[in-house]
Amino acid sequence: MSERILGRAKRWLSLLRQPSCLIAALFALCAVTLFPSGRCAAQSSLSEIVAQTQPKIVKIFGAGGLRGLEAYQSGFLISGEGHILTVLSYVLDSDVVTVYLNDGHKLPAEVLGMDPRSEIAVLKIDGQNLPHFNLAEAVALDGGTKVLAFSNMFGIALGNEPASVLHGVVAAKTDLAARRGAFETNYRGRAYILDAMTNNPGAAGGALTDRRGRIAGLLGKELRSSASNIWLNYAIPIGELEPIVDQIIAGKFRPAKREEGQKKPKDHHTLATLGIQLVPDFLPRTPPFVESIKSGSPAAKGGIRPDDLVLFVNGRVVSSCKLLADELTFIDRLDPVHLTIQRGPELVDLELHIEP
Amino acid sequence: MTRCSLVSIALVLLTTLRLAAETEVPKIVLEAEQARIAAIQKAVRTAVAVFANEGNGGGSGVVISPDGYTLTNFHVAQPAGSYMKCGMADGRLYDAVIVGIDPTGDVALIKLLGRDDFPTAVMADSDDVKIGDWCFAVGNPFLLATDFQPTVTFGIVSGTHRYQPPAGTLLEYTDCIQTDAAINPGNSGGPLFNASGDLIGINGRGSFEKRGRVNVGVGYAISINQIKNFLGCLKSGRIVDHATLGATVAMGERGSVRVSNILESSDAFRRGLRYEDEIVSFGGRGIDTPNGFKNVLGIFPKGWRVPLVFRHDGREHSTAVRLTGVHAEEELLQLLSRRPPREEEPPGGPRPRPGRPGEPRRPGDEPRPSEERRPDGQEPRPTPPIPGQRHKEVEVPPEAQKLIKPRTGFANYYFNELNRDRVWSALTSKGDFTAAAGRWKLTGELAGVGKVEVTLGDETSSGSFPQGTLKLDATQDLDQELGPSGSGLLAALHLWRAMLVSGPQKFGEVVYYGTAPYPGIESQADVLLATRNVAELHLTFDPASGQLAALEMIVDPAADACELRFSDYRDVGGRQLPHAIEVHHGDDLFGQLQWKQIELASSPEEQKP
Repeated sequence: MSERILGRAKRWLSLLRQPSCLIAALFALCAVTLFPSGRCAAQSSLSEIVAQTQPKIVKIFGAGGLRGLEAYQSGFLISGEGHILTVLSYVLDSDVVTVYLNDGHKLPAEVLGMDPRSEIAVLKIDGQNLPHFNLAEAVALDGGTKVLAFSNMFGIALGNEPASVLHGVVAAKTDLAARRGAFETNYRGRAYILDAMTNNPGAAGGALTDRRGRIAGLLGKELRSSASNIWLNYAIPIGELEPIVDQIIAGKFRPAKREEGQKKPKDHHTLATLGIQLVPDFLPRTPPFVESIKSGSPAAKGGIRPDDLVLFVNGRVVSSCKLLADELTFIDRLDPVHLTIQRGPELVDLELHIEP
Repeated sequence: MTRCSLVSIALVLLTTLRLAAETEVPKIVLEAEQARIAAIQKAVRTAVAVFANEGNGGGSGVVISPDGYTLTNFHVAQPAGSYMKCGMADGRLYDAVIVGIDPTGDVALIKLLGRDDFPTAVMADSDDVKIGDWCFAVGNPFLLATDFQPTVTFGIVSGTHRYQPPAGTLLEYTDCIQTDAAINPGNSGGPLFNASGDLIGINGRGSFEKRGRVNVGVGYAISINQIKNFLGCLKSGRIVDHATLGATVAMGERGSVRVSNILESSDAFRRGLRYEDEIVSFGGRGIDTPNGFKNVLGIFPKGWRVPLVFRHDGREHSTAVRLTGVHAEEELLQLLSRRPPREEEPPGGPRPRPGRPGEPRRPGDEPRPSEERRPDGQEPRPTPPIPGQRHKEVEVPPEAQKLIKPRTGFANYYFNELNRDRVWSALTSKGDFTAAAGRWKLTGELAGVGKVEVTLGDETSSGSFPQGTLKLDATQDLDQELGPSGSGLLAALHLWRAMLVSGPQKFGEVVYYGTAPYPGIESQADVLLATRNVAELHLTFDPASGQLAALEMIVDPAADACELRFSDYRDVGGRQLPHAIEVHHGDDLFGQLQWKQIELASSPEEQKP
């Protein structure tokens, strides 16, 4: 045993010949010397770490409440000015999305932007100097790392009641895409698979941290293997999301907001000319699901089918029937229309032309 | 990046060298490991596996006193009836009898027999529990403990002061502890310990929703502080009820909690609480949400007086409010005899469920009851019998049978008699009043007001007070005899003598209530409830001295009681009698009686005029 350790030590010692390593080693030596007392403090203060992290967690309330659809989810602050990262879901399909801060403050939230591919959304509330996670300082975790999961699962916490906290271990960092098709998700990147029951109803959008309270992941929506009926407990690494979050905050992926008086082409597309009939528009923001397709129409030729959900038109997010109809009025009839469609678990890109 | 990894490599290297040089594992880790082992060992010895219905059901429990008093869930004890068998980690199977139940709070007290040196769990202060604290559950999940060896599941505290609304008609978990330690069917009634192995709660519930009846990371434990409040009442063998303030609250403006409804017949109303008043604190705890209010309400048994601070017209008022029962007594019995409604569980065991119907849920809404399931280890549950009645044809050994006395309205009347007699014999050890059955003549004064002379007898009593002279005819309804000045003082004194002279067996209906706090008494006081004529008496005994500390006479539940607070006990012919009595009526101090002379006639004949 000790021989093996010595052997390993010799190998590593050769590295110490480099000056930078020597400095690092000196640092490390200090760290080791200080370690016992430091660790002692860390162990006794899990409750303190939880208490420091709770103020960054928010409870989100919006649409839903129908059978199997909870009207709440979780989120966390990612800027002092009130940016909130959460998952993109029907809960946000509401005229009013309400956020409860940890201290019980109730604020209306604006859906700043969303990315249907990674299924995340960024909300914005009014605020200054709010406690928040800095995504740039997110930690990347390996299998075996101990973690904490913060969320308002089951909607247990109301008002100023703190979110629920679970403890667990990262079982693996793996590719959700490997099982694409078995899961109803658009997300195709890596995910932390967790050994704790983190992904309960309402938990989506919650924060995964390491045991020091440093942000590591976003708790995903409830996913279940259609093959085995097993519910997954997982989180999406912040590293996968940070560039998208930056883009959303920078203004991309925003629902189309045209400037007043922006010129429209004289002959533009309409739903009727494309041959698309959407579902009846009875909600403030009815998701643009396709009800039917006129046979022989550009839409039929382009491959659109009933029950498709239109996500993007020429790269712009269209989150409601109205926005979709509006967006088409900005596209000249001579130009093609690029649509990104959600069809069951898959995203499909299609192009429609009006043939002369 | 490279430098970073080199640092960690160096760290690993040096740690390794250091460890190789000293010990294999750092001392602090070994110490932490030893502490955890010790905590679990200490805790496991106190855990109980409850077997009901000849082993077809059951759950868990925990012993809290050397003579075998054990906590479990009501829904674990209920199917067993009055008698059950309990296994412990020592490998032995003990007989146990039901003592008292709290159906609303889902707590039952049982008593294990056969030892007076049971290993007992230490009850911690569960208000000290913080989110993120390590904790562990010990119990009998899936009824695995056929060898009586309990299962330990480790986790953290996920939430504190959680409010979980009634499931079905009765159960309500208030101010409970949420944990991610696995709580599964069969863990019900078992203990939740903190990292040092002290008892912080009784596990009994979980959020399960669509993932079937197994743990999904959300278990709830009834806080041990709530149970401490109920324990004295549970020992009474009664069916203990939870309380209501007689008022409901709702979120008001600027984060205040306001009275949204109030009964004019409630004690809270008589103490000045009105519609729209702001609740500042309740039970000593600041109130900032309706759930916070319900949490406090849920931790007190019916009948306790609880401090309340409220703001009325901008002015803050402090008072203490007597809590009334959530259920009428008949209602509670009826609910108990009925099978609780099945929560929409599909037959055939756990399988994914599509969810539940309902209205959109918003903050401030009452949480929905349908999402909680009781991990009671039984599927389907047998129709529960009324406690106090024996279930099925279970052979009850004679030692246990001696401790079972069925009576309607009680879980086990044996323990009520036991405590009633304990309290009474502590009192009469200071002097036997049965031999002083003649008229009692007390002379003294109402401090600062004037002379008082009172003669108390079996059928009539009379008194001369500064407010006037009174005669009381005990054959009439006492609510017509509330002098002087509506205080009810003479009637209360009349009943006080009658109680002392006749004793609990002969006085009428006398029941041991349990324990409750009382001003000036350090620990909780013993309370007897007695009824005679149209009056209900609350008799409060100081457990330290055994003396009667106070008597409250209630002739109308919607009106204030006449309360006598006794002190300055001195010897009168070999019997201890109070020479000072503070007379309270509602918020008013009616006066302070000071007796200069007390004469007790030994038989009615001697005092015949």
